[in-house]
Amino acid sequence: MSIELIIGILNIVLISTTPLVFAGIGELVTEKSGVLNLGLEGLMLVGAVTGFITLVLTGNYFYSLFLSIISGVILSGIFAFLVLNLMTNQIATGLALTIFGIGLSAMLGKKLGGTPIDGLNPYYFIVISFLLVFFVAYFLSKTKIGLIVRAVGENHNSAYALGYNVIKTRYLTIIFGGVMSSLAGYYISICYAPMWQEGMTAGRGWIALALVVFATWKPWRLLVGAYIFGGVAIMQMNLQAIGVKLPGQFFNMMPYLATIIVLVFISSNKIRLKLSAPSSLNIPFEKNQ
Amino acid sequence: MVFLIRVQLREDYSNLIFYLSPLVAVALTLFFGSFIFFILDLSPIESFKIFFISPISNSYGISELFVKATPLAIIALGLSYCFKNNIYNIGAEGQLTMGAIFGGGIGLLFNDSTSVFLLPLMILFGAIGGAFWATIPAILKTKFNTNEILTSLMLTYVALFILDYFVVGPWKDPAGYGLPKSMPFPDAGRLPVLIDGLRVHIGVYFALIICLLTYIIFNKTLFGFKLRVTGLSSKASQYAGFKYKNLIFYTFIISGASAGLAGLFEVSGPIGLLYRDISPNYGFTAIIVAFLGRLNPFGIILSSLLIALTYLGAEDAQLFLKIPSAVGFVFQGLVLFFLLGTDFLNKYKVFIK
Repeated sequence: MSIELIIGILNIVLISTTPLVFAGIGELVTEKSGVLNLGLEGLMLVGAVTGFITLVLTGNYFYSLFLSIISGVILSGIFAFLVLNLMTNQIATGLALTIFGIGLSAMLGKKLGGTPIDGLNPYYFIVISFLLVFFVAYFLSKTKIGLIVRAVGENHNSAYALGYNVIKTRYLTIIFGGVMSSLAGYYISICYAPMWQEGMTAGRGWIALALVVFATWKPWRLLVGAYIFGGVAIMQMNLQAIGVKLPGQFFNMMPYLATIIVLVFISSNKIRLKLSAPSSLNIPFEKNQ
Repeated sequence: MVFLIRVQLREDYSNLIFYLSPLVAVALTLFFGSFIFFILDLSPIESFKIFFISPISNSYGISELFVKATPLAIIALGLSYCFKNNIYNIGAEGQLTMGAIFGGGIGLLFNDSTSVFLLPLMILFGAIGGAFWATIPAILKTKFNTNEILTSLMLTYVALFILDYFVVGPWKDPAGYGLPKSMPFPDAGRLPVLIDGLRVHIGVYFALIICLLTYIIFNKTLFGFKLRVTGLSSKASQYAGFKYKNLIFYTFIISGASAGLAGLFEVSGPIGLLYRDISPNYGFTAIIVAFLGRLNPFGIILSSLLIALTYLGAEDAQLFLKIPSAVGFVFQGLVLFFLLGTDFLNKYKVFIK
């Protein structure tokens, strides 16, 4: 392989992996505080379509980015209200958010769907994604608020007894995760594609969820995992180009099979998984116990 | 003026509220739905007629309602075993696809058969296909402790690609003008319809039988008791000596077989052959059906009819109101949000001071 080809492949991996980093790092923070949000796919789609529509209507990148972020705040705020204040089942609520988001984004995007737009340079976002991982790693391990987030995720009753506001902390981490998912969606519709198509996130929200487990809730590992995953996804295209004889569908299912294999590998070590998973994950916090 | 809201755990847990809350959720969804129509510049009343009333105002519409409700009910009944046991199999869509591949494959293998045994064999293989696809996450969960939500979902994508491989590859109809679809199943492999000229098929009976069986299993058998105990408290179940791993297996196999059955009914009933898009997300929507029906077998039958109506309404809305049929998903998502939200009132009393 020539140097140009390798650089070309690396470039494509960088561009295609970035949304996984955004959505994954957001979910990682949410889960660190003890909340499992399965709504990433819906959040990404709504973030993508909101950014797209705003850009078509106003032609202003700043407005489109801003409204995309706002969509994430609103939707994840609703999720937070349901799981934190009404103590609903986090898995069912997350699924509802995803289904709602798939429908809402398709409805919103119908009219302007085919409009061509000028894409934004993806490299800004790629740089930001690396900085974001650094920032989150530093925030979780070295700052006081990061410590509170982890305490709330490990044992919410103890954290509450120590005087920390469990609900408020979780509101913030859920909304952070929601905004990151919106940004991932925004990146896909404005930088990566750039266009809008129904269901264009193609399951990336679910893969981001798997990445958090893969990373055993550690930010740097999430970055590594995302790039391994992005690499596998790109490799299938190149294997086909080189002329490996296998039906295309088998290449297409590779990323999903790889995710399963990696998940099995990570979770088969029960002790390590227990040590790294936030203990209060997916357990509702009830003040009046 | 400041309102202080205080909540308190209910001691008088009420069955009435438990079964009324789905109705409240549906009412709230309709209210919000009309708001959405209003935003889209459509008359809410007119839209409602098109969405919820005109689809079932003739015999064809009512038949279609049952055609859509049958797979939803069968899958949701199977899923209720998992959810009762706090196991989250969300890969029913993939299990449905596998059922269609296995059962449909039998139909294509014996494509010149006129035997009365062909259809039962297809049905059997449909259930086996779905169960097989569901045992994978079950094994990974019990042997390697792998999260079943993610694995069952990833396997859905894999199953869809396998179906795609078959219909564009080995099973492609040579006389099909190169379209990605198989040749039609022989008549002996088609599901009999209930009324001539309409698409409603005998899957309806299967749904009702599964509903009754499920009711009996949940309420009258030791297995059902184990499921309920484990769902309420996994610790209590451990102390009682119930084998949790076996329960995981059984519930996965039951839900997978149901989804596979539903998939086979779709392809040998209304569709009649294999192609790419055999299911409009039935496997995912059935999750909502199961929750909306309160994991109660009869409740699931009712909620499957209601959610089936959102499918029909969404199709009509696309035709007559020019809004995308995805509006159905908006309603489905909303109804689940409201249902989960109203559950709060089951568990807590709310005081405003």
